[in-house]
Amino acid sequence: MPRVHEKVSYWMLVLPALSIMVCFYILPVLGIWEIAFTEPETGVGNFVKMAGSNAVKTSFVITFRVAAITTVGCLILGYIVAYAISNFATRLTPLMVALVILPFWVSVLIRSFSWIVLLGRSGLVNDALIHAGMIERPLRLMHNELGVLIAMIHVMLPFAVLPMLTNMRGISGIYVQAARSLGASEWTSFRQVYFPQTLPGVLSGALLVFVLSLGFFVTPALLGGGRVLMISEYITYQIQEFLNWGLGSALSVALLVATALVLLISARFVNLRATLLERK
Amino acid sequence: MNEPILSIKNAVKRYGSVNALDGVNLDVAEGEFLTLLGPSGSGKTTLLSAIAGFIALDEGTLALRATDITGKPPEHRDFGMVFQGYALFPTMTVRENVGFPLKIRKRPPAEIKKRVSEALEMVQMSDFADRMPSQLSGGQQQRIALARAMSFDPQILLLDEPLSALDKKLRADLQWELKDLHQKLGVTFIYVTHDQDEALSMSDRIVILKDGAIQQEGDPNTLYDQPRNRFVADFLGKSNFLEAAVIAGNGPAYQCDSKGALFTLNTQEPCRTGETITLALRPERLRLGLPGAELVSATVKQVSYLGERCQVLVMREGGEELLISRPTWKTDIVPTPGLQVSIGWDADAPVVLAPA
Ligand SMILES: Nc1ncnc2c1ncn2[C@@H]1O[C@H](COP(=O)(O)OP(=O)(O)OP(=O)(O)O)[C@@H](O)[C@H]1O
Ligand SMILES: [Mg+2]
Repeated sequence: MPRVHEKVSYWMLVLPALSIMVCFYILPVLGIWEIAFTEPETGVGNFVKMAGSNAVKTSFVITFRVAAITTVGCLILGYIVAYAISNFATRLTPLMVALVILPFWVSVLIRSFSWIVLLGRSGLVNDALIHAGMIERPLRLMHNELGVLIAMIHVMLPFAVLPMLTNMRGISGIYVQAARSLGASEWTSFRQVYFPQTLPGVLSGALLVFVLSLGFFVTPALLGGGRVLMISEYITYQIQEFLNWGLGSALSVALLVATALVLLISARFVNLRATLLERK
Repeated sequence: MNEPILSIKNAVKRYGSVNALDGVNLDVAEGEFLTLLGPSGSGKTTLLSAIAGFIALDEGTLALRATDITGKPPEHRDFGMVFQGYALFPTMTVRENVGFPLKIRKRPPAEIKKRVSEALEMVQMSDFADRMPSQLSGGQQQRIALARAMSFDPQILLLDEPLSALDKKLRADLQWELKDLHQKLGVTFIYVTHDQDEALSMSDRIVILKDGAIQQEGDPNTLYDQPRNRFVADFLGKSNFLEAAVIAGNGPAYQCDSKGALFTLNTQEPCRTGETITLALRPERLRLGLPGAELVSATVKQVSYLGERCQVLVMREGGEELLISRPTWKTDIVPTPGLQVSIGWDADAPVVLAPA
């Protein structure tokens, strides 16, 4: 009897969130799948068109390239931050962790606009460099892939730091001590003993950043200035400018499938449950 | 002592206002089994870490065979270390773990292979070479940690409470194995424990630490029979403490008075007539007699049977509690709570302690 009761209260607790997900997420997504296969006429016409379009192909290439470079950048910077926080215990440690999380409190929109102020033709960076006499004419720091990457890495950095930090804080310092007592130098201990233990955190961070970057819209749209068309912005164009609902929806389906594939493939290397659900 | 393999001079380590090491001087002889024994926070791990090179001393020097190694990084000291938590590398197999120090030293693969199997055989773990550490029990992990620390023939083996995480039975087995290994290999062991029985049963020499300072050092027998101060007498085994006034005598026999109980004391320690001394008496050196038959009258408070021995707690008339340990087979008196008895001891049983 109590088991049945437990089940009922379980579903009662889950139901509100579940119904919101179904009404406002699952059903619309299904709607998009429907549009993709029915507009303007029933069939796979949209997908054929998509496969034949060079613009779409370019957009996909840019999307994956930006996501990949963002991931690598975030991993390198994030690894250093996470390593420093977890291996040099000082009174400042809680503050450092807070600084990693702090950007979450500021909207992505505002953070992206701030980068425009910094990187624009007469932005702070160019002004400073010109005043310092290091350059004569402003550098092109935005409205190109460089600008998108700088801002994307900034926006995504916490998503790389947090899983790595969790992972590294769980690694006892005694392994490196043991390695050194056995004759390994500091660098060898890091490479052969410490680094392999951080790989789960690195892979979690990589997956999180890569998947989020694939569908990211705000930052590439603002800093790319229409010149770095990532797939989500391309979709917006199709729907808002050309009212091409069929192709737009087909692209959404393609992005969704691509993302699902990335998750599926990485599931062979990463413990997805631990990565996405059970982060402490 | 021949030239010591390791010589520690005036080692001081401070953490804020705490002196984790407070001027430690210690010579370790080649091939000996030396145990650092002390309560929690006494500085055992700190001393071992300083020897291993993980922490830098604030003052003092370390020398290995008369060569100064005070500032030498741990990887160049060539000391094997076994940690309390084993510290097996979780991403490597047992074989890779044991071969790690050899690989670091760039030994040829054939030699590594041979020495890894030898080391695993030594700890009877040959069948587990391809497992991951997480697939081993605590005792098995400890054996691997030992094999790893020994595989490169270290100058000294440092062990920080290696058995404390194991259950009692396994701990006893491994104590024998460790002692066996030590005899077979002849390597110098520096062993940290807070378990006095472990220290007594395994060591050639015990160093007792408290608050970062050495209280006494010596072989187990001497430490047990001749504790220098109250801390040692109480920490290593159990002791009863008696205050007594010296009323006559000039070495080695003195007449003493402890609250009206007059007795003779035989000791090498010089005592002055009129001074008050503190005596330590081991429970097994106390005799239980019928009322009036011995020196001090007392009442039995509690009795606990421990198999081959039984412990009797008595309350001395107008004074302190005394603990007596006697073989269970002695049935001349059957102690029960409330029984009137008397307590006695031989003239050479009490140990004179240094004034606190
Ligand atoms: N990194 C540190 N920072 C501050 N204080 C420390 C540090 N390491 C040790 N101490 C202090 O130094 C003293 C000795 O510590 P140590 O770890 O050597 O004790 P121990 O004898 O090994 O104790 P245990 O049996 O509990 O392991 C303790 O008072 C401890 O609090
Ligand atoms: Mg310790």
